[in-house]
Amino acid sequence: MTLQELRTMREAGKKAMERRIVEGKTIEIVVGMGTCGIAAGAKETLDAFVDELTSKDVKNVVIKQTGCMGFCHSEPTVEVHMDGMPDIIYGNVDVETARQIVHSHILEKRLVDKHVFDRPAKDIVKEK
Amino acid sequence: MHRTLGDFVTDLFQNAVEAQASFLTLTLMEQEGRLAVTLTDDGRGMDEAEIERAKDPFHTDGKKHPGRKVGLGLPLVIQTVEATGGAFQIASQKGLGTTVQAEFNLEHWDTPPPGDWSVVLSQLMAWNADFELVLRRRLERFGRVLEYQISRSELREALGSFEDVEALKLLKEYFRSQESMEEQK
Repeated sequence: MTLQELRTMREAGKKAMERRIVEGKTIEIVVGMGTCGIAAGAKETLDAFVDELTSKDVKNVVIKQTGCMGFCHSEPTVEVHMDGMPDIIYGNVDVETARQIVHSHILEKRLVDKHVFDRPAKDIVKEK
Repeated sequence: MHRTLGDFVTDLFQNAVEAQASFLTLTLMEQEGRLAVTLTDDGRGMDEAEIERAKDPFHTDGKKHPGRKVGLGLPLVIQTVEATGGAFQIASQKGLGTTVQAEFNLEHWDTPPPGDWSVVLSQLMAWNADFELVLRRRLERFGRVLEYQISRSELREALGSFEDVEALKLLKEYFRSQESMEEQK
């Protein structure tokens, strides 16, 4: 694939996306990609999000990567921010759970209870 | 423990980004059963004593997460290459940047598999920070040579932004086509 081909594919995709933008605001997914996250399979998790969201044609999603969030014991960790849902940090998000988050949290607005963290790690974030 | 060589490269890359690098070069050279990874950054850099401490798994600078006592990034790389007949080198200058070289022995039983480079490289390029990354890739296998070079700014120019799912998918497809030995002559 040349850069020009890449550009053309991008422009075609963007046009389709603009039509969809009225449907809702952007959803943000943050994947922890520190040593702990990587060792626990965060790259595969991120890739599963890309695959699943693309196959479900959900395009108003921003995916970000970050370093260690302090939950080394529960990696891969994933934050999901979207309208109409509380901000949630999920833990132990393997490929299967990533697909579940897309189906339940993002598409049906139901939490994936088994993987929810109700608050950040104590020694990293000061309690209010 | 990291499962693929791509995991190690991602880890080294994340170190550089976290050290506030704005210009990185990554070379991945593969031939005769060896993969040589070189990552150069212009981040904060380390002095001699800091380099030594970075190699210690039970040390972290404690700035990011005070109270935590482990830093496993470099130690995992070092452990892996030492156990498998590879090599590791790090050179750094305070305030100027760091160069890390890891050579993996692909023929050793205990060397992790390479993993999917199109996934690895697309995720590195899409990392949401402001930096330039120049990638040089060369792969020699069964007498055939695959070689390409691409920079993050060129990809950004083609894609506009990297943040959305669509961009990540296209990036992966781009690298899949670059990594394919069938298409190259």
